[in-house]
Amino acid sequence: MNESEKLLQEMLEKQKNGGLKPADRYAIPSQDMPAQDPGVRKGNISEVATGYSSLQARLEAMRCLQCKTAPCMEGCPVKIRIRDFVTAIAQGDDVKALAVIKENSLLPAVCGRVCPQEVQCQETCTVGKKFKDVEKSVSIGRLERYVADLDQESNSIPQVAAPTGKKVAVIGSGPGGIVVATDLRRMGHDVTVFEAFHKPGGVMVYGIPEFRLPKAIVQREIDVLTKMGVKIVCNFVVGRTRTVGELMNEDGFDAVYIGVGAGLPNFMNIAGESLIGVYSANEYLTRANLMNAYKFGKGSDTPIAQSKRVAVVGGGNVAMDAARTALRLGAEKVFIVYRRSEKEMPARVEELHHAKEEGVEFCLLQNPKRVIGDENSRVQAIEILKYELGEPDASGRRKPVVIPGSEFILPVDTVIIAIGNGANPLIGQTTPGLALNKWGNIVVDESCKTSLDGVYAGGDIVLGAATVILAMGQGRIAAAAINDYLKTKK
Amino acid sequence: MYFSPEPVRNLKLSHKIVSKQQLSENVFVADIEAPLIAKARKPGQFVIVCTRGNYSERIPLTIAGADASKGTIRLIWQRVGKSTAEMSDMKVGDEIDNIAGPLGKPTHIEKFGTVVCIGGGIGAAPLLPIAEGMKKAGNKLISILGARTKELLILQEEFAAISDEIIIVTDDGSVGKKALVTEPLKEICQRSPKPELAVAIGPAIMMKFCCQTTAPLNVPTVVSLNTIMIDGTGMCGGCRVEVDSKPMFVCVDGPEFDGHKVNFDLMMKRMTAYRDLEQESLKKYKDHACKIGL
Ligand SMILES: Cc1cc2nc3c(=O)[nH]c(=O)nc-3n(C[C@H](O)[C@H](O)[C@H](O)COP(=O)(O)OP(=O)(O)OC[C@H]3O[C@@H](n4cnc5c(N)ncnc54)[C@H](O)[C@@H]3O)c2cc1C
Ligand code: SF4
Ligand code: FES
Repeated sequence: MNESEKLLQEMLEKQKNGGLKPADRYAIPSQDMPAQDPGVRKGNISEVATGYSSLQARLEAMRCLQCKTAPCMEGCPVKIRIRDFVTAIAQGDDVKALAVIKENSLLPAVCGRVCPQEVQCQETCTVGKKFKDVEKSVSIGRLERYVADLDQESNSIPQVAAPTGKKVAVIGSGPGGIVVATDLRRMGHDVTVFEAFHKPGGVMVYGIPEFRLPKAIVQREIDVLTKMGVKIVCNFVVGRTRTVGELMNEDGFDAVYIGVGAGLPNFMNIAGESLIGVYSANEYLTRANLMNAYKFGKGSDTPIAQSKRVAVVGGGNVAMDAARTALRLGAEKVFIVYRRSEKEMPARVEELHHAKEEGVEFCLLQNPKRVIGDENSRVQAIEILKYELGEPDASGRRKPVVIPGSEFILPVDTVIIAIGNGANPLIGQTTPGLALNKWGNIVVDESCKTSLDGVYAGGDIVLGAATVILAMGQGRIAAAAINDYLKTKK
Repeated sequence: MYFSPEPVRNLKLSHKIVSKQQLSENVFVADIEAPLIAKARKPGQFVIVCTRGNYSERIPLTIAGADASKGTIRLIWQRVGKSTAEMSDMKVGDEIDNIAGPLGKPTHIEKFGTVVCIGGGIGAAPLLPIAEGMKKAGNKLISILGARTKELLILQEEFAAISDEIIIVTDDGSVGKKALVTEPLKEICQRSPKPELAVAIGPAIMMKFCCQTTAPLNVPTVVSLNTIMIDGTGMCGGCRVEVDSKPMFVCVDGPEFDGHKVNFDLMMKRMTAYRDLEQESLKKYKDHACKIGL
């Protein structure tokens, strides 16, 4: 029996004899996520984090104090009953744990992997507060993933109510669209999902890489949708193939949900950005993920730069994904160039951590000034300016300010711009009367209704580039509102 | 048809090839089932074709025509890379996995007066619906078709049928005049009255020289760009070009632009970004095709 097994035995004894005391719980070490070795995983695209064993999950769950107020729940955008599901795991009832999660979340296998827990449920967790370290909080995300993965084989399909005769069009098959489609289909509506790409799943298939979110998990969710009788039409660009107006007025859809994501890559507007070898992260990741450039020459025909030295500009999840994808495509050196300091990086801590382990180099408080090309217009280097943190501004944040004369040249052959996405204008331009804000995001009320009757929207196209869980949350709200709307509609 | 009420699995719009012909050694034309696109498309728009689901490139092809009542679109392509080679080997009755569209902004068609349309090689294909549109809008239509040699000249009859004047040129003089398209173009732009508009579609180098011809003579010139693309909806920026020194996305801001403002040199270089890798794919495909006796 190893250490952990012994510990578990001991805790199980205590659990039987009157329960665990807080001191017992605090004494259990927080369980590390098993992961592929950094040196090995750089050379493959398989998932990095391999998931808790049942022993680890049980021990980790026992660390939870089962707080009366459950502050973790407050931190969860969709208000999963976290305390209750964690308690169920601690008691060995994984089935119940899953049922509790599923009351509020439809994609736990996805969220357990990609949610920024450290600024959500785990930020407010009492255990983390006690240790004054959010990394010591109960690993709620890992536990969520653990139970969700147990369910991989079960193939349970949600019950579908009797047909209502109402038709709903869901535009975009990202997490928001999937949730809206599931909920509305459950209520008995006839749901069709329209997707512009040749494969459904949104950012979960074209953006977030396999090594972080296996495509099979997303595919399973899509399969559940189709088994429930949701129709999925790919290669269908709403605004071009058909407009929102045509769907409603000619094709007989009673309501529409717009979940088309952000989908307009920001560039930096610096010299040299059109050189060969400068990519938006969207292009780079789409080539690699959706179009399998990993397998170029081994089944795939999608070419991608054969990079040796790569600079990725940005500090979010997208930047980390691009950097780590570049490593897996064979780059020898990958730099993250970020204007602020590490503390401000919006990426999930785990991704940052993994990127460092894999050897990605961080150029902090630095920003590109221009991209330099050779005589064939291929990227040769970037010129970078250094910054320092200035005086705190009104918000108390120390803004980076340029250090004059600090320019230096970093030789690279590929530059990936990952500084965020704006709102793709296509739907707005082709849907008269649809109110947009000044950034082009669709304006909705608290029920996710847009300025048009019967038209609802959510996810990144409303929130700006946000998160999977927020898109899901809005999807739930919109589905409930659409259902109400359809009841009133003759 | 796809809006049937009964639950169906992952609905696929079928894209059956209903007719196909070889126009020249490397150029093919096919009518392909795509009813929604056939209905929605306007001159100047294109589709993205992805022949083999997850493993293919996604290539833009301009729609050369459509029959909304039959629900078909006409695509004309030149066998250059792997995807077009695969399409060239497909037969009537075969299905193309993925076609998305119609994409891009339609051509701005109105009565300008006299419009000169210049088609180079395969560029005649996307040009035809635009020329037809211009003619229908009441313009006097002058067409210039150019190709390297007689075999590569396509759609001559179709253009002849709608043009008020048609000029054929080839590099080797095997048909029409031995000249580049810029020669008659210059002559036409020097006429008085000069044409109100030129529309040039063909290889980038041809469009570049057409624009160099028309700029000093102040004839506004529209070009249609065919860059490397992925999504075709403005999501990736892979298709970007510099127009008036500003980055533009060909798939959503174009494909047509004011040719006098396009940075053709940069665009031509960007189009070569993957040339070696594309050739590798094509070679593999050809080797494979030989082995299985295609
Ligand atoms: C690389 C990357 C990494 C990320 N990492 C994380 C992470 O770790 N954690 C996290 O929470 N979030 C992450 N995000 C953000 C998260 O993926 C998004 O917030 C979320 O996917 C938004 O969901 P959505 O429902 O708005 O639609 P999206 O997932 O954006 O999907 C929209 C879909 O609509 C389709 N579409 C667009 N226009 C049309 C049209 N006109 N007609 C038909 N279909 C259309 C698109 O092709 C797409 O498939 C990441 C994003 C990226 C790009
Ligand atoms: S806040 Fe932390 S310790 Fe308290 S119930 Fe939630 S997960 Fe458990
Ligand atoms: S092809 Fe992706 S933005 Fe144009």
